[in-house]
Amino acid sequence: MTIEVLKPGLATTVQDLGRPGHYHLGIPIGGAMDRLALRSANLLVGNDEGLAGLEVAFLGPQLMFQADAVVAVTGADMPILLDGEEQAPWTGFSVRNGQVLSFGYLKTGARIYIAISGGVDVPPVLDSRSTYLIGAMGGYEGRTLKAGDRIALGAAPASRAGRCVPESLRRMPKQPAALRVLPGLYWHRITADAGQHFFEDEWQVAPEADRIGYRFRGGRAIEFVDREPPFGAGANPSNVVDSAYPYGSIQIPGGLEPIVLHRDAVSAGGYFQIGTVISADMDLIGQMQPHLPTRFVKVDMDAALAARAERKAILAQIRSTLD
Amino acid sequence: METRFSFGGDDHLVGECSEQMSFEAFFKSLAAMRAIREAAIDGVTELCGGNASYMVRFDPDVIHPNDILREITVIDSVIDQSEPVLDTRIIEVPAYYQDPWTHETMMNFRERHQDPSATDLEYGARINGYDSVGSFIEAHHKSPWFVSQVGFVCGAPWLYQMVDRDRQIQVPKYIRPRTDTPQLTIGHGGAFSCIYPVRGAGGYQMFGITPMPIFDPAQVQSYLRDSMVFCQHGDIFKFKPISREQYDEDMVAVANNTFTPKIREVHFDLREFETNIDAYNTKLSGVLDDN
Repeated sequence: MTIEVLKPGLATTVQDLGRPGHYHLGIPIGGAMDRLALRSANLLVGNDEGLAGLEVAFLGPQLMFQADAVVAVTGADMPILLDGEEQAPWTGFSVRNGQVLSFGYLKTGARIYIAISGGVDVPPVLDSRSTYLIGAMGGYEGRTLKAGDRIALGAAPASRAGRCVPESLRRMPKQPAALRVLPGLYWHRITADAGQHFFEDEWQVAPEADRIGYRFRGGRAIEFVDREPPFGAGANPSNVVDSAYPYGSIQIPGGLEPIVLHRDAVSAGGYFQIGTVISADMDLIGQMQPHLPTRFVKVDMDAALAARAERKAILAQIRSTLD
Repeated sequence: METRFSFGGDDHLVGECSEQMSFEAFFKSLAAMRAIREAAIDGVTELCGGNASYMVRFDPDVIHPNDILREITVIDSVIDQSEPVLDTRIIEVPAYYQDPWTHETMMNFRERHQDPSATDLEYGARINGYDSVGSFIEAHHKSPWFVSQVGFVCGAPWLYQMVDRDRQIQVPKYIRPRTDTPQLTIGHGGAFSCIYPVRGAGGYQMFGITPMPIFDPAQVQSYLRDSMVFCQHGDIFKFKPISREQYDEDMVAVANNTFTPKIREVHFDLREFETNIDAYNTKLSGVLDDN
């Protein structure tokens, strides 16, 4: 009941839905960047939604199955090959002992999620199998996969191949991507003008984009309201007395390049934040490639809650479709 | 001291007790956290303490953001009348100042520093008005420090020096952050010292290193069996300068999982502390001299 890693891909990690409750200690929730994609993949193979699967960024792995299984691949658009034969995305398919799963080049999106019936079985750490790379904990020995690794699988549930998440229920960023933002936190630190052009400008995802955070560039620099630096904050106008960072919060060190913190966020620090990407749009960030044009869209709390409800409704539909 | 509230998206509420760091703001944050925890509000999923602020994570499917704001505002508004006292622990943290490892790293990143011709300690001593590195180091370990925030990555502590503001050490961060910092480096940036729990990037000036692990995901160290993260919001740290020999000895103990930090329970009263800081610190640190 194992899978052998023939080629690991660029950054393939074991992820589930994360380990909530330790952020106050600087251990982030972690887990799949695109939660809806991982949940879908698990449901497609008959797993509980929260079982661990593989999160694959940008370049796919090559995996040799040493057991029969049902597999589903969701998320980014990346050709799925079983012994060289293309398989449908967002659809469960059967894999036999000895077959090799590999991938073509990434087309759109950034991350695929591979669920295998039974789930990936690594020792849970703080009740989660998610890999937290900075802490070298969880997942497969706390690291990205390497060639030669043997991944154990859990006991497979009774499941069947062939079920599919319809295209209308697959959520991916548009081009340009739109991330909805609730302004706030240290919003008062910037000028009214800066508050306007932040939302007007088109940004691009910078190459520094990973599980900790996504950096953006290309928009105008943010100007600050003059102030006497508060004691303990630091002299730079973008500094504040170090405080906790919300997931999704947007910091702009030096007023230059916004950074949106994601699932493996650093939990606190000394940069002001302009606001926060709403919870409903966090999944989308996991599917954004470097250089993708991006707009930040200002919303209020009512809109954020409506979007949250909408995302929940999509999940409910996926569940009922696959039930 | 009025707390300013703001939502971080639809599932975080941040309360900023004060824009500037102070013992009062830190105590207000501690007291608010305690009171919110006791209130056991349905839908609150996690509390994250800050130096002069706090963050409440909540589930908006359970409690509407407006409702949590209302409840937290009420709790926060009665904090000012509460007593600024704290039952906590004081921990002796061995500190090997001017160690070879942070020295090597600082030399590799000299061009990112304000004063490439000086070491971080020489620079810190000079801009804080000390006549020698030795007296600067002494100032660093003579007084205790509050763990005023925990986090960043893997349970790193922010340490706030327990002396009056005029005597608090302040240094800027590196002009450009280093891409490397040895594990367990004792650093300082702005008004805060810190300990790097794991190796990684960093911008704080490097003063020394401790042999004492503060993050242990495998939880093999005896004092980390209950929690893989050692530091707790409100802990008091007292650095003890150690020699290379002592450092090596401690490292052997760490390798054998037999290292045990000296930890004592203490009661802290901010009013008494502020009446006579040095005398209070002497009494506070005195509990570490009992064996």
